Amino acid sequence: MSLTETIETASPFTGRRARRRRETTVTLVLLTLTAALFIATMMIGSYWLKPWEVVASLLGIADDPSIDFIVRDLRLPLAAAGLAVGLALGTAGIVFQKLLANPLASPDFVGISQGAGVAAVVSIVLLNLGAIAVSFAALGGALVTGGLIYALAWRGGITGYRFILIGIGVSEFCVALTGYVLARAELFDAREAMTWLVGSIGQTGALQLRILLGALILLLPVAVMLGRWLSALELGDDTAYALGVRVEVARVSLLAVAIVLVALATAAAGPVSFVALISGPIAIRIVRTGGPVLLPSALIGASLVLGADLIGSHLLPVSLPTGVITGAVGAPYLIWLLATVNREGRGG
Amino acid sequence: MTTDLLHQAAPAARHRNGAALGVGLLVLIGVLAVVCVMSITLGTRGIGLGSIIDAFRDRDDSVDATVIREMRVPRTLIGLSAGIALGLAGALLQGLTRNPLADPGIMGVNTGASAFIVSSIAILGTQAMTTYIWFGFIGAAVSVVLVYGVASFGREGATPVKLALAGAAISAGFYAITTGVVMTNIDALNQMRAWQVGSLAGRYWPELQYSAPFIVVGAILALTLGRALNGLALGDDMATALGQRIVLTRSVVFVAVILLAGAATAACGPIAFVGLVIPHVARALCGPDYRWILPYTLVLSPIILLLADIAGRLVLKPGELQVGVVLGVLGAPAFIALVRNRSLAKL
Repeated sequence: MSLTETIETASPFTGRRARRRRETTVTLVLLTLTAALFIATMMIGSYWLKPWEVVASLLGIADDPSIDFIVRDLRLPLAAAGLAVGLALGTAGIVFQKLLANPLASPDFVGISQGAGVAAVVSIVLLNLGAIAVSFAALGGALVTGGLIYALAWRGGITGYRFILIGIGVSEFCVALTGYVLARAELFDAREAMTWLVGSIGQTGALQLRILLGALILLLPVAVMLGRWLSALELGDDTAYALGVRVEVARVSLLAVAIVLVALATAAAGPVSFVALISGPIAIRIVRTGGPVLLPSALIGASLVLGADLIGSHLLPVSLPTGVITGAVGAPYLIWLLATVNREGRGG
Repeated sequence: MTTDLLHQAAPAARHRNGAALGVGLLVLIGVLAVVCVMSITLGTRGIGLGSIIDAFRDRDDSVDATVIREMRVPRTLIGLSAGIALGLAGALLQGLTRNPLADPGIMGVNTGASAFIVSSIAILGTQAMTTYIWFGFIGAAVSVVLVYGVASFGREGATPVKLALAGAAISAGFYAITTGVVMTNIDALNQMRAWQVGSLAGRYWPELQYSAPFIVVGAILALTLGRALNGLALGDDMATALGQRIVLTRSVVFVAVILLAGAATAACGPIAFVGLVIPHVARALCGPDYRWILPYTLVLSPIILLLADIAGRLVLKPGELQVGVVLGVLGAPAFIALVRNRSLAKL
């Protein structure tokens, strides 16, 4: 598309075909990586399985009921949760960052996660609700804060700058409430709330997972399709308008999709930190053509969550929740990318 | 014709603007003084204005005098210095990274300090507040140095985007360490959640003694940086063209941020709102000129911090609400209202 070409003038991949090839290759590699991690999650455990046993069981052509039980009943829910949460966060993160034109404007910085967090902590500590109720509270919290930020930032249209600032305000409000509730809580409740706040795909219930998967099947294609508008919007509202994009419609629908994805992912696994923040920049730096990065970012999100869960539950002496590992794994990688990309003389 | 008029009008307007801003600043300093007195007199135990002077003149041992000398005055001074420090650090970082989301937290100051404090509790056992102030300070400094180090790899040095990303990444790493420790060590969790909500309660002369010198030096440094930040706001190329030494400016800003935010965070715990929001308030009041934003931030931040602290003492008498909580719950809606009603000066 001519649009992408204008953005790519600084790109080292000059030919259109070379760029396309790189984008396809990167996406395929990431797809393979995600699939490998997805299967690995179902292989590793107290009873090790071989990769083909897992695949056979998933396809329903295995004839060993015990393997079927291990794969389908025990490990598939966890692997599917990791995949779904990662895809949702990776997609939502890059949409927010591009739409608000700020690499820090991921949902965990502009208030959505904090809204989910305060609702969950209140329902754990003050209302003593069960897991499913906590999930729905978190979902409600995220959707309400998302809608609130949008409504408050609306003044005959949305500007990224105002959205971010209002998001900061809402986020601070939620953080303060969370801190207050946590500091007053019994130590036992506080620990439970902290565990939720760290985020772990292990705490995803069957119902939450099913809702999230359903939403992903519906919304991921929509997001990828709308993603074409993102590159136009990045050029500024006027240019985007001139290019035939209905700016406000595009922005509303993209934000809505991203907010719903984050809300469902957070409701399922808690706010698994930094996946949404880190996936986008990593994708941009791996693809390097300036082309569409929505799908790569989603796949990186999934790989991050699945990889983090593998490390957290098997590699370490103590088993740690996913949210602890995502930061520990994603952060150094992003740093390494920042450092190496710059050595080639292409900054920031 | 019209251009002539513009030429005549411009300097006059700027002059009047400057005078108005100066008067505004003086008024705010007056407000700050009143707030300081309120912070000394209001609280669980109400104290008359007269006893403040008595407490220091007679050195008597009445309860009022003791409360004033040993508790209210140091607490007010800590609030004052922490407010100044956090506000200025936030303004400096927003100017440096040209990112409205930048604050000491983004540079990993809070997470670095938390990680070091929690680790020290896990490794060395529970300690007094005065010991882990130092760990907090070291943690804050380490993370800022790391962020700057990572961001300045490569040819064009630490660009704003790289700074922001490197900050978020380092912050993520430290956050992971903190939660990892807290999840496995319930003792650390218990101490952590008390420190995690920033508060001025239980901070007296020792904490002030440790933190104040750093903050004074940092604040003086920060106030000299207004012109440099104005240059950076035009973009790196323009700033270089105007004869600014960007690397030097950035390094000085970072030293100031370490001194300010490190000392304040170590002493009071992470107090989020001030560094992020007050510079935006100052910008809304006086426009994009950092030579005004910095002093306005310096005066506004402690006003807001102390007011929040006083409110926290009064709402839940005889208990109290931590200043971090009050700032978020009352400050955030005020900030949102401000953002909605003003046409904002962008970074």
